[in-house]
Amino acid sequence: MTEQERRTEAQRAGSEGDRRGLSQAIAVEQERPSKGLKRETLFELEDVAVLYDGNPAVREITFDVFKNQITALIGPSGCGKSTLIRCFNRMNDLIPSATVEGKILYHGEDLYGPKVDPVQARKLIGMVFQKPNPFPKSIYDNIAFGPRTLGMKGDMDEIVERALRRGALWDEVKDRLGDNAYGMSGGQQQRLCIARCIAVEPDVILMDEPCSALDPISTGKIEDLMMEIKDDYSIVIVTHNMQQAARVSDMTAFLIVELDASEKNRTGRIVEYDETEKIFTNPSDSRTEDYVTGKVG
Amino acid sequence: MSEEFDPRTERTRLAVAGARSATMAALRDRPTGEAVRSRIFQALIMFAVSVALLGLAALLIDAFVEGEGSLSLNLLTEPTSRDADNAGFRTAILGSLWLIGGVILLVVPLGVGAAIYLEEYANRERWWNRIIELNIQNLAGVPSIVYGILGLAFIVRGPLDLGFVLAAGSMTLGLLVLPTVIIAAREAIRAVPPSIREGSLALGATQWQTVRRQVLPAAVPGILTGVILAISRAFGEAAPLLLLGAATFITADPSDPFSGDFTALPVLIYEEAKQAQPELRELAAAGIIVMLVVLLAMNSFAIWLRNRYEQKW
Repeated sequence: MTEQERRTEAQRAGSEGDRRGLSQAIAVEQERPSKGLKRETLFELEDVAVLYDGNPAVREITFDVFKNQITALIGPSGCGKSTLIRCFNRMNDLIPSATVEGKILYHGEDLYGPKVDPVQARKLIGMVFQKPNPFPKSIYDNIAFGPRTLGMKGDMDEIVERALRRGALWDEVKDRLGDNAYGMSGGQQQRLCIARCIAVEPDVILMDEPCSALDPISTGKIEDLMMEIKDDYSIVIVTHNMQQAARVSDMTAFLIVELDASEKNRTGRIVEYDETEKIFTNPSDSRTEDYVTGKVG
Repeated sequence: MSEEFDPRTERTRLAVAGARSATMAALRDRPTGEAVRSRIFQALIMFAVSVALLGLAALLIDAFVEGEGSLSLNLLTEPTSRDADNAGFRTAILGSLWLIGGVILLVVPLGVGAAIYLEEYANRERWWNRIIELNIQNLAGVPSIVYGILGLAFIVRGPLDLGFVLAAGSMTLGLLVLPTVIIAAREAIRAVPPSIREGSLALGATQWQTVRRQVLPAAVPGILTGVILAISRAFGEAAPLLLLGAATFITADPSDPFSGDFTALPVLIYEEAKQAQPELRELAAAGIIVMLVVLLAMNSFAIWLRNRYEQKW
């Protein structure tokens, strides 16, 4: 699997090379919702829509996600946040009825281009799900599965320990690595899923409401963890919890849900995308203000 | 109790007492019709259960009473013989084991493979996949004698032309239980939650890696249970083997899958039960006990396996 390593290297090197070009591009495209902030762009979304059996779940999504930042997607239920985040690592490919329209660039490369292999994309763009989904195996094997599958070189014990340390779980589980992961608490399971994701050293970590099934203490631990790893990873997080978005994220996108004329289909659209501080203190759209202040939703 | 009579206290006390007795009455009295209906329903269920249990018990007791005299270790160690005193089931038991071995070799890869295809790869929108599904469900209900005829026409003669050999019996029994194995394996694979597949795919595993390293290991207990139950059925089948040349009174142990002289436990029991001599009928009853013991052991193993390794999601 040196091929995989080379690929990763190439991707990283490519992004290094692109850095100048991209920031210039951002500087030029002042009208984009990135507001011309001089950050390194990770994803560029251009008029993205996701359709299930022809009915759009989200549409007209245009914004940029930046590197080494935590980007939060917030909005009421049914606005397509989860649908949208699943576009970033092509998880929507797994749903036969779903089609993705528009353009998503990842480090300037079309993520949905004809030559892109979704499996390769998912190696670089990991995901943590709403409900903790550990594998029905030992804690050790949960972490080791990814590196083994990807053929990562190195001492597996070391890889596992490093991932568990990064996942802020090592001290709690170091004496019972052979135990089944289903014996852990929900919060531990979710941190295990994050550690599992970190173990394959992705470029981006997507989190789809990672704390919705957890108590406040576990949630706090995961938020601390996110702040800690964001220097090394870019994170996109969907959250129902506005305080969470305010606490952890750097950028926030607010989505709303609209009914179509027949009042049958709900479609999510983006209302505002800006720095989190601005979204929560001085939003430019009144709908955002109503939502973040709790008047609606 | 207060010394003085205070009408107000008394009124409160009475009100409380009245409310309490009304509550008690409401809790105690179920409407008569409702009570009767639930009794009748209970009785019906008990009747259904007892018919099944009594039937089984009658069968067991009858076989035991009749075959008890012949029960001895000789049954397992002696070959078949016309002489009831020395006759055993060794050739038949070995023949059954050879048959079942072949069935396992055939049915596990085919059945699990088909189940993986149908559950993980097949697009249910496509008409041919729906037809395959429907067919498998129907095939599970086809009488075994029909499979016997199929085996005779296509395996013993016809395209495969193997002749009346043990392997032909294995293949036919394999076809007979294949639908059951596929259905059981599909259930087991479907019981693995989609979130496990998503978790694996999100780490960059391919679909095949996900199936092989996550889905299949998690489904193995369920698949094994299904396989064991299917094998129990194949073990007890006599009808198709009668068409496929299972001999009866042979004394030579089967030596390889293509040996022509073979018999199986249920076939031998059938033959012996037909005979006029009461000793042989007694022997058949003893054979039934041997077979039931083997079947119960296999089914218990399946249940143990399921309880031991079943994953609670």
